[in-house]
Amino acid sequence: MAKQENIVNGVVQTEEELKQYNYLNLGPTHPATHGIFQNILKLDGEIIVDAQPTIGYIHRAFEKLAEHRPYYQVTPITDRLNYCSSPINNIGWHMTVEKLIKAEMPKRVDYMRVIIMELARIADHIICNSVIAVDTGALTGFLYVFQWREKIYEIYELICGTRLTTNIGRIGGFERDFSDDVWRRIEEFVNEFPKALKEFESMVMRNRIFMDRTIKVGPITAEKALNYGFTGPNLRAAGVDYDVRVMNPYCSYQDFDFIIPIGSNGDTYDRFCVREEEMWQSLHIIKQAMQKMPAGDYKADVPEFYLPPKEDVYNSMEGLIWHFKIVMGEVHVPKGQVYHSVEGGNGELGFYLVSDGGRQPYRLHFRRPCFIYYQAYPEMIKGAMLSDAIITMSSMNVIAGELDA
Amino acid sequence: MEQQINNHLIESLLREQFADAVIQVEESYGMLDITVQRDKIIEILQWLRDHSVLQFNFLTSMNGMHFPEVKNKELSMVYHLHSFFTNARIRLHVFFPISDPHVPTATGLWNTANWMEREAFDFFGIRFTGHPDLRRILNVEDMLYHPLLKQYPLEDGTRTDKEDKYFGR
Repeated sequence: MAKQENIVNGVVQTEEELKQYNYLNLGPTHPATHGIFQNILKLDGEIIVDAQPTIGYIHRAFEKLAEHRPYYQVTPITDRLNYCSSPINNIGWHMTVEKLIKAEMPKRVDYMRVIIMELARIADHIICNSVIAVDTGALTGFLYVFQWREKIYEIYELICGTRLTTNIGRIGGFERDFSDDVWRRIEEFVNEFPKALKEFESMVMRNRIFMDRTIKVGPITAEKALNYGFTGPNLRAAGVDYDVRVMNPYCSYQDFDFIIPIGSNGDTYDRFCVREEEMWQSLHIIKQAMQKMPAGDYKADVPEFYLPPKEDVYNSMEGLIWHFKIVMGEVHVPKGQVYHSVEGGNGELGFYLVSDGGRQPYRLHFRRPCFIYYQAYPEMIKGAMLSDAIITMSSMNVIAGELDA
Repeated sequence: MEQQINNHLIESLLREQFADAVIQVEESYGMLDITVQRDKIIEILQWLRDHSVLQFNFLTSMNGMHFPEVKNKELSMVYHLHSFFTNARIRLHVFFPISDPHVPTATGLWNTANWMEREAFDFFGIRFTGHPDLRRILNVEDMLYHPLLKQYPLEDGTRTDKEDKYFGR
């Protein structure tokens, strides 16, 4: 009779190895991992020796789907990438198509987009930072700042009618101008959120328990972070001041004055602090955008992509023609390939769009920051405790939707 | 004195170094599209990364492409490089026949390439020679085809419980 082999993770283990190490299946649906992530951990006592991540549990074939949808119907797909900051994904996609068709946006559209994107960044960072606090055992802060995320969602709701998966705006601008109620609420948020954020910070940031749990936990050096393709707050925490908003300004970001916060150790505490400071900077940008808000139209003059208002469709021949052409996919799209990237909640969110002149993209590739930097996770938690693995994951802000596309 | 980096300089430096390997150079929407020979791709990537002026230190993204109509160039890999020092971006393409879908791996240059190559293998069936762990990444392991190839329809072609007549097709 053949000798029975001990196989763990597809690797044959010797008797000694099996005695020495324990294998723990963390996930796929573990309440502490905030999403569907599976990691098979090789443990020596409570120390992690190795980790084997498995991803793809919520893969929804977005790149295939996008090849079968007209351009304006791809927007709802982008919602579901990083669903904590959907408006950034939506607007990034709109800007990619606008780059392809060489459409110029009025300044007002740019400024309105900046306000929405910065609100989305605040909403994204609120979740990430308060969840780090939850994972160290502080639930109060989480519930406290979540009220403010709710207020951001109410603003989205007034603008586009939805809250989480927003489908905000159109190719060529917004569907309507912001109402007075929206402006009032944004102003209210900008004035009152700092107080809450300050309180959250004073509760967590210099808290001895929190600092002990996060400092020097899950660190990564700048060289390694660059080699692993880190972008966004995680790269900045490691000390590299790369921000797409500054390096390749889009949407008139060059008009605003803000700083890029950076950390030094690239550990969980630095990632927390970088996100904290980014929220302050986002508030600062929103204030500037509201002060400088130019007059003008809330949409560009691109009749071949921007659906005309319903009154025009019913009452004018031209409106009806454009409506029909857009819906039936008869508009002319230039051939070509274009790459556009925006600074998403987690880093450089890129869209590589190849058009063959048809009504759908020939190929659309999303550069999803989570997917790229999550491969460093096993290296970051090697030698750490099991409880540190959880907190490292939440501080990297890995969003399952963006990871799996 | 710092040299001004522009697409023209990148092109001329690259042509000077790899005269035979550069097949075609185009510019679209401000970004260089450089088509190079498949067997030279790693050498070129490494040269671009380590060059003292160009310094393309960051591999932004990699993805596969499928062009079923183009004979012997059905598949391609696209590499986006970015230099944090000069803020230049370029795009490299390699084309190869679907009957021989092998490309050398870039995992030796950037760790980033690991999962991106697994993704390209998963969706297009591109084999990366020398890759340490070439398995499917997003799809189930026992899937029999590579779903982003153009011949596969949007819905699962192996399903039998959906009849077209019930869906008006």
